[in-house]
Amino acid sequence: MRHLMSPLDFTTEELEKLFCLANDIENNKEKYAHACDGKILATCFYEPSTRTRLSFESAMIRLGGQVIGFSDAGSSSAAKGESVSDTIRVISGYADICAMRHPKEGAPMVAMEKSLIPVINAGDGGHQHPTQTLTDLLTIRSLKGSLSGFTIGLCGDLKFGRTVHSLIDALVRYDNINFIFISPDELKIPDYIIEMLKNKNIPYKEVSSLDEVMPQLDLLYMTRVQKERFFNEEDYIRLKNYYILDTEKMQLAKPDMLVLHPLPRVNEISVEVDNDPRAAYFKQAEYGVYVRMALILTLLELA
Amino acid sequence: MLNVGQIEEGFVLDHIKAGKSLSIYEHLQLDKLDCTVAIIKNARSGKMGKKDILKVECDINQLDLDVLAFIDHNITVNVIKDCEIVEKKVLVLPKTIKNVIRCKNPRCITSIEQELPHIFVLADEQKEVYRCKYCEEKNTERF
Repeated sequence: MRHLMSPLDFTTEELEKLFCLANDIENNKEKYAHACDGKILATCFYEPSTRTRLSFESAMIRLGGQVIGFSDAGSSSAAKGESVSDTIRVISGYADICAMRHPKEGAPMVAMEKSLIPVINAGDGGHQHPTQTLTDLLTIRSLKGSLSGFTIGLCGDLKFGRTVHSLIDALVRYDNINFIFISPDELKIPDYIIEMLKNKNIPYKEVSSLDEVMPQLDLLYMTRVQKERFFNEEDYIRLKNYYILDTEKMQLAKPDMLVLHPLPRVNEISVEVDNDPRAAYFKQAEYGVYVRMALILTLLELA
Repeated sequence: MLNVGQIEEGFVLDHIKAGKSLSIYEHLQLDKLDCTVAIIKNARSGKMGKKDILKVECDINQLDLDVLAFIDHNITVNVIKDCEIVEKKVLVLPKTIKNVIRCKNPRCITSIEQELPHIFVLADEQKEVYRCKYCEEKNTERF
Protein backbone atom coordinates (compact mmCIF):
# COMPACT_ATOMS: atom_id res chain seq x y z
CA MET A 1 0.00 0.00 0.00
CA ARG A 2 1.35 3.43 -0.96
CA HIS A 3 0.85 6.84 0.58
CA LEU A 4 1.92 10.35 -0.42
CA MET A 5 3.79 12.31 2.23
CA SER A 6 6.31 14.31 0.18
CA PRO A 7 6.54 15.22 -3.52
CA LEU A 8 9.76 13.20 -3.66
CA ASP A 9 7.98 9.96 -2.67
CA PHE A 10 7.43 9.29 -6.38
CA THR A 11 10.31 8.80 -8.81
CA THR A 12 10.35 10.96 -11.95
CA GLU A 13 9.20 7.88 -13.92
CA GLU A 14 6.27 7.36 -11.56
CA LEU A 15 5.41 11.05 -11.81
CA GLU A 16 5.50 10.79 -15.60
CA LYS A 17 2.90 8.01 -15.44
CA LEU A 18 0.80 10.06 -13.01
CA PHE A 19 0.89 13.14 -15.26
CA CYS A 20 0.01 11.10 -18.38
CA LEU A 21 -2.97 9.73 -16.46
CA ALA A 22 -3.96 13.25 -15.34
CA ASN A 23 -3.83 14.50 -18.96
CA ASP A 24 -5.89 11.52 -20.10
CA ILE A 25 -8.47 12.34 -17.41
CA GLU A 26 -8.51 15.98 -18.59
CA ASN A 27 -9.22 14.92 -22.16
CA ASN A 28 -11.56 11.98 -21.46
CA LYS A 29 -13.59 12.90 -18.40
CA GLU A 30 -16.43 10.48 -19.23
CA LYS A 31 -14.04 7.53 -19.26
CA TYR A 32 -13.23 8.07 -15.60
CA ALA A 33 -16.66 9.16 -14.34
CA HIS A 34 -17.27 5.80 -12.63
CA ALA A 35 -13.69 4.74 -11.92
CA CYS A 36 -14.20 5.08 -8.16
CA ASP A 37 -17.80 3.87 -7.88
CA GLY A 38 -18.38 2.57 -4.36
CA LYS A 39 -15.19 4.11 -2.98
CA ILE A 40 -15.08 6.67 -0.18
CA LEU A 41 -12.56 9.45 0.37
CA ALA A 42 -12.22 10.79 3.93
CA THR A 43 -11.09 14.42 4.06
CA CYS A 44 -9.67 14.92 7.56
CA PHE A 45 -8.94 18.64 7.74
CA TYR A 46 -7.79 19.74 11.19
CA GLU A 47 -7.50 23.32 9.94
CA PRO A 48 -9.60 25.17 7.38
CA SER A 49 -8.56 25.08 3.74
CA THR A 50 -11.27 25.70 1.21
CA ARG A 51 -9.26 25.21 -1.94
CA THR A 52 -7.37 22.02 -1.13
CA ARG A 53 -10.34 20.32 0.52
CA LEU A 54 -12.74 21.19 -2.28
CA SER A 55 -10.29 20.08 -4.95
CA PHE A 56 -9.93 16.68 -3.24
CA GLU A 57 -13.69 16.39 -2.89
CA SER A 58 -14.25 17.46 -6.49
CA ALA A 59 -11.63 14.92 -7.64
CA MET A 60 -13.34 12.02 -5.83
CA ILE A 61 -16.83 13.02 -6.90
CA ARG A 62 -15.70 13.36 -10.55
CA LEU A 63 -14.39 9.80 -10.28
CA GLY A 64 -17.80 8.57 -9.14
CA GLY A 65 -16.75 8.09 -5.51
CA GLN A 66 -18.15 9.65 -2.36
CA VAL A 67 -16.70 11.88 0.33
CA ILE A 68 -16.94 12.04 4.11
CA GLY A 69 -14.91 14.18 6.50
CA PHE A 70 -14.52 17.23 8.67
CA SER A 71 -13.17 20.64 7.85
CA ASP A 72 -11.78 21.89 11.14
CA ALA A 73 -10.48 20.33 14.34
CA GLY A 74 -13.34 21.82 16.37
CA SER A 75 -15.91 19.65 14.61
CA SER A 76 -13.84 16.46 14.94
CA SER A 77 -12.97 14.13 17.79
CA ALA A 78 -9.64 15.97 18.06
CA ALA A 79 -11.54 18.58 20.07
CA LYS A 80 -12.23 15.80 22.61
CA GLY A 81 -8.53 14.99 22.70
CA GLU A 82 -8.36 12.02 20.33
CA SER A 83 -4.92 11.34 18.90
CA VAL A 84 -4.20 11.26 15.16
CA SER A 85 -3.25 7.57 15.51
CA ASP A 86 -6.65 6.66 16.96
CA THR A 87 -8.56 8.81 14.48
CA ILE A 88 -6.95 7.17 11.45
CA ARG A 89 -7.58 3.67 12.81
CA VAL A 90 -11.26 4.53 13.03
CA ILE A 91 -11.32 6.27 9.63
CA SER A 92 -9.64 3.19 8.10
CA GLY A 93 -12.87 1.35 8.77
CA TYR A 94 -15.04 4.09 7.27
CA ALA A 95 -13.22 5.02 4.06
CA ASP A 96 -10.95 3.64 1.32
CA ILE A 97 -8.50 6.55 1.16
CA CYS A 98 -7.80 9.59 3.32
CA ALA A 99 -6.55 13.12 2.61
CA MET A 100 -5.29 14.77 5.79
CA ARG A 101 -4.41 18.37 6.56
CA HIS A 102 -3.06 19.17 10.00
CA PRO A 103 -1.44 22.25 11.54
CA LYS A 104 1.21 20.06 13.21
CA GLU A 105 4.15 19.04 11.04
CA GLY A 106 4.44 15.29 10.51
CA ALA A 107 0.84 14.50 11.56
CA PRO A 108 -0.02 12.76 8.24
CA MET A 109 3.07 10.58 8.70
CA VAL A 110 1.83 9.50 12.12
CA ALA A 111 -1.49 8.66 10.45
CA MET A 112 0.30 6.75 7.68
CA GLU A 113 2.10 4.55 10.21
CA LYS A 114 -1.17 3.36 11.74
CA SER A 115 -3.43 3.47 8.71
CA LEU A 116 -4.96 0.53 6.86
CA ILE A 117 -5.83 2.78 3.89
CA PRO A 118 -3.66 5.09 1.72
CA VAL A 119 -3.05 8.49 3.31
CA ILE A 120 -2.36 11.66 1.32
CA ASN A 121 -0.65 14.57 3.03
CA ALA A 122 -2.86 17.54 2.17
CA GLY A 123 -0.56 19.97 3.98
CA ASP A 124 1.12 19.74 7.39
CA GLY A 125 1.93 23.16 8.82
CA GLY A 126 4.91 24.77 7.12
CA HIS A 127 6.38 21.38 6.26
CA GLN A 128 5.02 19.75 3.09
CA HIS A 129 2.15 20.21 0.67
CA PRO A 130 2.90 17.56 -1.95
CA THR A 131 -0.32 17.78 -3.96
CA GLN A 132 0.37 21.49 -4.59
CA THR A 133 3.79 20.54 -5.98
CA LEU A 134 2.24 17.83 -8.17
CA THR A 135 -0.25 20.45 -9.40
CA ASP A 136 2.58 22.86 -10.24
CA LEU A 137 4.55 20.17 -12.08
CA LEU A 138 1.51 18.99 -14.06
CA THR A 139 0.72 22.59 -15.04
CA ILE A 140 4.25 23.24 -16.27
CA ARG A 141 4.43 19.91 -18.10
CA SER A 142 1.02 20.39 -19.74
CA LEU A 143 1.40 24.03 -20.76
CA LYS A 144 5.13 24.08 -21.54
CA GLY A 145 5.28 20.55 -22.92
CA SER A 146 8.21 19.51 -20.76
CA LEU A 147 9.65 19.59 -17.27
CA SER A 148 13.15 20.43 -18.43
CA GLY A 149 15.02 23.18 -20.24
CA PHE A 150 13.57 26.45 -18.94
CA THR A 151 14.28 29.46 -16.76
CA ILE A 152 11.90 29.82 -13.84
CA GLY A 153 11.60 32.95 -11.72
CA LEU A 154 10.27 32.45 -8.20
CA CYS A 155 9.04 35.71 -6.76
CA GLY A 156 7.86 36.99 -3.39
CA ASP A 157 8.13 35.19 -0.08
CA LEU A 158 10.89 32.69 -0.74
CA LYS A 159 11.78 32.34 2.92
CA PHE A 160 8.58 30.99 4.43
CA GLY A 161 6.81 29.74 1.28
CA ARG A 162 6.73 25.95 1.53
CA THR A 163 5.25 25.62 -1.97
CA VAL A 164 8.37 27.27 -3.38
CA HIS A 165 10.75 25.02 -1.40
CA SER A 166 8.91 21.86 -2.44
CA LEU A 167 8.75 22.97 -6.07
CA ILE A 168 12.52 23.56 -6.16
CA ASP A 169 13.15 20.14 -4.57
CA ALA A 170 10.99 18.55 -7.24
CA LEU A 171 12.42 20.53 -10.20
CA VAL A 172 16.08 19.82 -9.46
CA ARG A 173 15.42 16.23 -10.52
CA TYR A 174 14.93 17.44 -14.13
CA ASP A 175 17.54 18.70 -16.63
CA ASN A 176 18.58 22.19 -17.65
CA ILE A 177 16.54 24.28 -15.28
CA ASN A 178 17.77 27.73 -14.42
CA PHE A 179 16.42 29.30 -11.22
CA ILE A 180 16.05 33.03 -10.61
CA PHE A 181 15.01 33.97 -7.08
CA ILE A 182 13.32 37.36 -6.83
CA SER A 183 12.71 38.58 -3.29
CA PRO A 184 13.43 41.36 -0.82
CA ASP A 185 16.39 40.69 1.48
CA GLU A 186 14.12 39.78 4.40
CA LEU A 187 12.38 37.02 2.44
CA LYS A 188 15.33 35.44 0.65
CA ILE A 189 15.50 31.75 -0.15
CA PRO A 190 16.97 29.74 2.80
CA ASP A 191 20.69 28.96 2.76
CA TYR A 192 20.19 25.20 2.74
CA ILE A 193 18.45 25.42 -0.64
CA ILE A 194 21.25 27.56 -2.10
CA GLU A 195 23.75 25.04 -0.72
CA MET A 196 21.86 22.16 -2.34
CA LEU A 197 21.82 23.98 -5.74
CA LYS A 198 25.55 24.68 -5.47
CA ASN A 199 26.29 21.03 -4.64
CA LYS A 200 24.32 19.89 -7.67
CA ASN A 201 25.85 22.58 -9.96
CA ILE A 202 22.44 23.95 -10.82
CA PRO A 203 22.49 27.53 -12.14
CA TYR A 204 20.68 30.11 -10.03
CA LYS A 205 20.66 33.83 -9.42
CA GLU A 206 19.27 35.94 -6.56
CA VAL A 207 17.90 39.39 -7.41
CA SER A 208 15.57 41.91 -5.85
CA SER A 209 14.21 43.53 -9.02
CA LEU A 210 11.48 41.72 -10.93
CA ASP A 211 11.63 44.10 -13.93
CA GLU A 212 15.30 43.38 -14.51
CA VAL A 213 14.85 39.62 -15.01
CA MET A 214 11.38 39.58 -16.57
CA PRO A 215 12.65 39.24 -20.21
CA GLN A 216 14.68 36.11 -19.32
CA LEU A 217 11.86 34.09 -17.80
CA ASP A 218 9.98 31.18 -19.34
CA LEU A 219 7.93 30.80 -16.17
CA LEU A 220 7.13 33.19 -13.34
CA TYR A 221 5.95 31.61 -10.09
CA MET A 222 4.40 34.31 -7.91
CA THR A 223 3.74 33.80 -4.20
CA ARG A 224 1.77 35.59 -1.55
CA VAL A 225 3.45 37.20 1.43
CA GLN A 226 1.58 35.40 4.22
CA LYS A 227 0.50 37.50 7.16
CA GLU A 228 0.50 34.52 9.54
CA ARG A 229 4.27 34.04 9.04
CA PHE A 230 5.09 37.45 10.54
CA PHE A 231 5.38 38.35 14.21
CA ASN A 232 5.50 42.02 13.38
CA GLU A 233 2.57 43.71 11.58
CA GLU A 234 4.79 46.55 10.32
CA ASP A 235 7.14 44.16 8.52
CA TYR A 236 4.19 42.44 6.90
CA ILE A 237 2.67 45.70 5.65
CA ARG A 238 6.03 46.89 4.31
CA LEU A 239 6.78 43.66 2.46
CA LYS A 240 3.36 42.66 1.15
CA ASN A 241 3.40 45.30 -1.57
CA TYR A 242 7.02 44.75 -2.57
CA TYR A 243 6.16 42.99 -5.83
CA ILE A 244 2.98 43.56 -7.71
CA LEU A 245 2.71 42.00 -11.13
CA ASP A 246 0.81 44.32 -13.47
CA THR A 247 0.33 44.73 -17.22
CA GLU A 248 3.32 47.07 -17.42
CA LYS A 249 5.64 44.37 -16.08
CA MET A 250 3.99 41.77 -18.30
CA GLN A 251 5.04 43.85 -21.34
CA LEU A 252 8.66 43.08 -20.48
CA ALA A 253 8.04 39.32 -20.55
CA LYS A 254 8.44 36.82 -23.37
CA PRO A 255 5.27 36.27 -25.42
CA ASP A 256 5.05 32.68 -24.22
CA MET A 257 6.05 33.17 -20.60
CA LEU A 258 3.55 31.68 -18.12
CA VAL A 259 2.52 33.14 -14.78
CA LEU A 260 1.77 30.59 -12.04
CA HIS A 261 0.54 31.17 -8.50
CA PRO A 262 -0.55 28.59 -5.89
CA LEU A 263 -3.48 30.92 -4.93
CA PRO A 264 -5.11 32.52 -3.06
CA ARG A 265 -3.66 35.82 -4.22
CA VAL A 266 -4.08 39.00 -2.25
CA ASN A 267 -2.76 41.84 -4.36
CA GLU A 268 0.51 40.53 -5.76
CA ILE A 269 -1.03 40.02 -9.20
CA SER A 270 -3.23 42.82 -10.52
CA VAL A 271 -6.65 41.65 -11.61
CA GLU A 272 -5.96 43.20 -15.05
CA VAL A 273 -3.29 40.51 -15.64
CA ASP A 274 -6.03 37.83 -15.48
CA ASN A 275 -7.01 38.66 -19.06
CA ASP A 276 -3.48 38.09 -20.36
CA PRO A 277 -3.27 34.68 -22.09
CA ARG A 278 -0.02 34.06 -20.22
CA ALA A 279 -1.83 34.12 -16.85
CA ALA A 280 -2.08 30.41 -16.08
CA TYR A 281 -2.99 30.39 -12.39
CA PHE A 282 -6.68 29.58 -12.76
CA LYS A 283 -5.86 26.80 -15.21
CA GLN A 284 -3.30 25.64 -12.61
CA ALA A 285 -6.09 25.33 -10.00
CA GLU A 286 -8.04 23.20 -12.49
CA TYR A 287 -5.00 20.95 -12.98
CA GLY A 288 -5.04 20.51 -9.21
CA VAL A 289 -8.23 18.48 -9.57
CA TYR A 290 -6.90 16.32 -12.44
CA VAL A 291 -3.68 15.53 -10.60
CA ARG A 292 -5.61 14.60 -7.44
CA MET A 293 -7.92 12.38 -9.53
CA ALA A 294 -4.86 10.65 -10.97
CA LEU A 295 -3.34 10.33 -7.51
CA ILE A 296 -6.48 8.80 -5.98
CA LEU A 297 -6.66 6.26 -8.83
CA THR A 298 -2.97 5.44 -8.46
CA LEU A 299 -3.03 5.00 -4.70
CA LEU A 300 -6.21 2.91 -4.87
CA GLU A 301 -4.48 0.82 -7.56
CA LEU A 302 -7.33 1.49 -9.99
CA ALA A 303 -5.18 3.16 -12.66
CA MET B 1 48.86 9.20 39.45
CA LEU B 2 45.46 7.87 40.46
CA ASN B 3 45.20 4.12 40.18
CA VAL B 4 41.91 2.44 39.40
CA GLY B 5 41.94 -1.34 39.55
CA GLN B 6 41.51 -3.57 36.52
CA ILE B 7 38.15 -5.02 35.67
CA GLU B 8 37.72 -8.70 35.02
CA GLU B 9 34.85 -8.59 32.58
CA GLY B 10 33.15 -5.56 31.12
CA PHE B 11 34.15 -2.59 29.00
CA VAL B 12 36.25 0.51 29.14
CA LEU B 13 35.10 3.64 27.32
CA ASP B 14 38.24 5.56 26.51
CA HIS B 15 38.88 8.93 24.82
CA ILE B 16 35.74 10.54 26.17
CA LYS B 17 35.95 14.32 25.87
CA ALA B 18 37.03 15.73 29.23
CA GLY B 19 33.98 16.52 31.37
CA LYS B 20 31.51 14.43 29.36
CA SER B 21 31.68 11.18 31.34
CA LEU B 22 28.77 12.01 33.64
CA SER B 23 26.53 12.87 30.73
CA ILE B 24 27.41 9.52 29.12
CA TYR B 25 26.82 7.74 32.45
CA GLU B 26 23.31 9.20 32.47
CA HIS B 27 22.47 8.51 28.81
CA LEU B 28 23.67 4.92 29.01
CA GLN B 29 21.53 4.62 32.15
CA LEU B 30 24.44 3.07 34.03
CA ASP B 31 22.81 4.13 37.29
CA LYS B 32 20.22 1.42 36.67
CA LEU B 33 22.82 -1.36 36.44
CA ASP B 34 23.90 -3.16 39.60
CA CYS B 35 27.62 -3.25 38.80
CA THR B 36 30.91 -1.55 39.51
CA VAL B 37 31.45 1.70 37.59
CA ALA B 38 34.56 3.84 37.73
CA ILE B 39 34.37 7.38 36.36
CA ILE B 40 37.74 8.94 35.72
CA LYS B 41 37.67 12.64 34.92
CA ASN B 42 40.39 14.75 33.36
CA ALA B 43 42.90 11.93 32.92
CA ARG B 44 46.09 12.90 31.07
CA SER B 45 46.03 12.02 27.36
CA GLY B 46 48.78 12.30 24.78
CA LYS B 47 46.20 12.63 21.98
CA MET B 48 43.58 14.79 23.66
CA GLY B 49 45.43 16.60 26.44
CA LYS B 50 42.71 15.69 28.91
CA LYS B 51 40.11 12.96 28.66
CA ASP B 52 37.52 11.08 30.66
CA ILE B 53 37.34 7.28 31.01
CA LEU B 54 34.48 5.05 32.12
CA LYS B 55 35.12 1.52 33.38
CA VAL B 56 32.06 -0.67 33.75
CA GLU B 57 32.03 -4.22 35.04
CA CYS B 58 29.09 -5.78 33.17
CA ASP B 59 28.14 -7.68 30.02
CA ILE B 60 28.88 -5.65 26.82
CA ASN B 61 25.41 -6.54 25.52
CA GLN B 62 23.95 -4.32 28.20
CA LEU B 63 25.53 -1.30 26.54
CA ASP B 64 23.54 0.67 23.95
CA LEU B 65 26.24 1.31 21.37
CA ASP B 66 23.87 3.35 19.18
CA VAL B 67 23.29 5.90 21.91
CA LEU B 68 27.01 6.01 22.60
CA ALA B 69 27.83 6.49 18.90
CA PHE B 70 25.29 9.31 18.67
CA ILE B 71 26.81 11.07 21.66
CA ASP B 72 30.38 10.75 20.37
CA HIS B 73 31.48 8.18 17.81
CA ASN B 74 35.15 8.96 18.51
CA ILE B 75 34.97 7.17 21.88
CA THR B 76 37.02 3.95 21.99
CA VAL B 77 35.11 0.95 23.31
CA ASN B 78 37.40 -1.75 24.72
CA VAL B 79 35.76 -5.05 25.59
CA ILE B 80 37.45 -6.76 28.53
CA LYS B 81 37.49 -10.47 29.38
CA ASP B 82 39.75 -12.02 32.01
CA CYS B 83 41.35 -8.62 32.56
CA GLU B 84 42.44 -8.44 28.88
CA ILE B 85 41.20 -6.30 26.00
CA VAL B 86 39.64 -8.86 23.67
CA GLU B 87 37.95 -6.47 21.25
CA LYS B 88 37.90 -2.83 20.23
CA LYS B 89 34.48 -1.83 18.95
CA VAL B 90 34.23 0.77 16.19
CA LEU B 91 31.31 3.12 16.70
CA VAL B 92 29.31 4.16 13.66
CA LEU B 93 26.64 6.81 13.63
CA PRO B 94 23.27 5.06 13.97
CA LYS B 95 20.80 5.51 11.11
CA THR B 96 18.00 6.27 13.58
CA ILE B 97 17.79 7.02 17.27
CA LYS B 98 14.68 6.66 19.36
CA ASN B 99 13.81 8.61 22.50
CA VAL B 100 17.36 9.82 23.08
CA ILE B 101 16.73 13.43 22.13
CA ARG B 102 13.44 15.26 21.85
CA CYS B 103 12.16 17.31 18.92
CA LYS B 104 12.14 20.95 19.97
CA ASN B 105 9.95 22.18 17.12
CA PRO B 106 6.71 23.39 18.77
CA ARG B 107 4.90 22.87 15.46
CA CYS B 108 5.87 19.17 15.32
CA ILE B 109 3.24 16.48 15.91
CA THR B 110 5.52 14.96 18.58
CA SER B 111 4.61 17.96 20.76
CA ILE B 112 0.98 16.84 21.11
CA GLU B 113 0.51 13.21 20.02
CA GLN B 114 0.14 10.84 22.95
CA GLU B 115 3.05 8.42 23.49
CA LEU B 116 4.61 9.12 20.09
CA PRO B 117 8.33 8.23 20.22
CA HIS B 118 10.85 10.93 19.34
CA ILE B 119 12.69 9.40 16.40
CA PHE B 120 15.59 11.11 14.64
CA VAL B 121 17.02 10.00 11.30
CA LEU B 122 20.62 10.51 10.14
CA ALA B 123 20.25 12.99 7.26
CA ASP B 124 23.88 13.89 6.58
CA GLU B 125 26.58 11.50 7.74
CA GLN B 126 29.49 13.85 7.01
CA LYS B 127 28.03 16.77 8.92
CA GLU B 128 26.47 14.43 11.52
CA VAL B 129 23.03 15.96 11.02
CA TYR B 130 19.99 14.25 12.47
CA ARG B 131 16.47 15.31 11.58
CA CYS B 132 13.15 14.57 13.25
CA LYS B 133 11.42 11.75 11.37
CA TYR B 134 8.12 13.64 11.42
CA CYS B 135 8.81 17.34 10.87
CA GLU B 136 12.40 17.05 9.51
CA GLU B 137 13.62 19.75 11.90
CA LYS B 138 17.38 19.56 12.44
CA ASN B 139 18.56 18.45 15.86
CA THR B 140 20.63 21.12 17.57
CA GLU B 141 21.01 19.36 20.93
CA ARG B 142 24.62 18.63 21.78
CA PHE B 143 25.96 16.46 24.56
